[in-house]
Amino acid sequence: MSDAMKELRPEERADLEARAQEIRILTIDAIGYLGVGHIGGALSVVEVLTVLYERHLRHDPARPRWTDRDRLVLSKGHAGPALYSTLASRGFFPREWLHTLNRGGTRLPSHCDRNLTPGIDMTTGSLGQGLSAACGIALATRLDGIDCRVYAIIGDGESDEGQIWEAAMFASKHRLDRLIAFTDKNKLQLDGPTEEVMDLGRLEDKWSAFGWNTARVDGHDVAAIDRAIRDARTRGGPAMIILDTIKGKGAAFCEGAVNNHNLAFDYATATEAIAQLRRA
Amino acid sequence: MATKEMRTVYAETLVELAAADPRIVVLEADLMRATGTGPFKAAYPDRCFNAGVAEADMVGVAAGLSAEGKVPFAASFGCFASRRVFDQFFISCAYARLAVKLVGTEPGITAAYNGGTHMPFEDLGLMRMVPGLDIVEPSDPVSLAALVRALASRPGCAYLRLHRRAVEPRYREGETFAVGSAKLLREGRHLAIVALGAFMVGEALKAADLLAAAGIEASVIDALSLKPLDARLILAEARRTGAVLTAENHQIAGGLGSAVAELIAENGGAKLARVGVRDEFGEVGTEAYLAERFRLRAEDLAEAARALVA
Repeated sequence: MSDAMKELRPEERADLEARAQEIRILTIDAIGYLGVGHIGGALSVVEVLTVLYERHLRHDPARPRWTDRDRLVLSKGHAGPALYSTLASRGFFPREWLHTLNRGGTRLPSHCDRNLTPGIDMTTGSLGQGLSAACGIALATRLDGIDCRVYAIIGDGESDEGQIWEAAMFASKHRLDRLIAFTDKNKLQLDGPTEEVMDLGRLEDKWSAFGWNTARVDGHDVAAIDRAIRDARTRGGPAMIILDTIKGKGAAFCEGAVNNHNLAFDYATATEAIAQLRRA
Repeated sequence: MATKEMRTVYAETLVELAAADPRIVVLEADLMRATGTGPFKAAYPDRCFNAGVAEADMVGVAAGLSAEGKVPFAASFGCFASRRVFDQFFISCAYARLAVKLVGTEPGITAAYNGGTHMPFEDLGLMRMVPGLDIVEPSDPVSLAALVRALASRPGCAYLRLHRRAVEPRYREGETFAVGSAKLLREGRHLAIVALGAFMVGEALKAADLLAAAGIEASVIDALSLKPLDARLILAEARRTGAVLTAENHQIAGGLGSAVAELIAENGGAKLARVGVRDEFGEVGTEAYLAERFRLRAEDLAEAARALVA
């Protein structure tokens, strides 16, 4: 059994938490440096990205298109800055790139682009489409006999899109047992709380009813996320891990705020939030 | 090649291609019986995927397959392959610089008894707005087989407008075709008819006969490729004859008529008239009824040609 399949030791857990903290800081810094961005939904996926890249997602920063790598589709493409921070911290590209976010000619656009950024496997940004693409990637890698897993991250607001449920049926019907997906259930969408804008009801039951192995964990608890991924890897998929998260987690000026989907804030605010994180 | 159902040629060509090219995969959204890709499924069951009645997912899955280097041919009725999945095709496939070949069947009035809900008069217009897209509408079994092969070997996304039913071959076996190249089927000195698709090319050739009987000699160009458009051949015929008539089983806005009008407006050299659907929705009926109803018959082309050169 590889180390990644064992329960986290306390020092490993502490290390993951420290790395998540660093990715969160890079994300706040990148968006703050620009002055505006999708801060809320980026910060809610920091822990899952950390656990994936530090423990489970097979990758090589020197070979972003390595055939045997695991794939990741960030279907909620607006969380790009969190993934860019993760990729930079793993060495896919220099950290300095993070300050080019959304500037003309950048390789880090607001929404993920497979042609611009090393380590990005699929272009996303039009919500609802990435899970279907993840299904296609899972089919293709299975056809080619590549021993890899395909991970996908969707949003709870994104789950309003009908195509998500088309893909849910497809993955189940085509027995995509190497597909492991996450729903970032941060409970807020652009216009307000999800249960007011479009109530998703019993989300776990929905995914179970579509034939997926389903789990629900605290999306900011690295040990819980790690355990859920290990369990999904063992049981096979398709698997949906619902992450209970807080939109804007860790940025004191906007954590849990209804308006934090796409927020303007100055660099001083970002710097103060980062200082608070470091003090905590 | 004998007279054959176009869909049969489509499926046979994909089966042949797949034998030599492991990248070829086929996707359907519960219209496999209509598209006729059953033989592909029989030959390559593990490379043929049915998404059910979920065209958006089919196109998204095709994008994922393409991201891993596959060359997916994904088909639905033209109305759904264009209107219904436009954003999935635009973003997940074309904007992502992938190589998904989207196939829209039953073009224009050939949707016949399926009626107005299923009658794409706007698919070409929508697709022309997708940057860098290849758009082809083969006119017979020979051009279809050749252009499917051409699309499979080209990088990038494509929209193939596929007439499903039987069409007599217009070209000899072995004739060569390329995306972006039209064919001059008949040469005349008074005007050039530029036609697109199996139905309209047939009507254009009949119209040329009708016009010849009245002393008007018409060139007939089988456009084959709407994007890239064969500007060289069309402009050469425009300049030589001084008059161009476009003929399409589609709205005159957005499709062939627009493309040729833009070409001539920017380059000069000819009078222009367009035959096609004039800002109307489709409706139900036989193909013959609809051709008359929307004024797409050889007689309508001949009448427009006579007015143009008068």
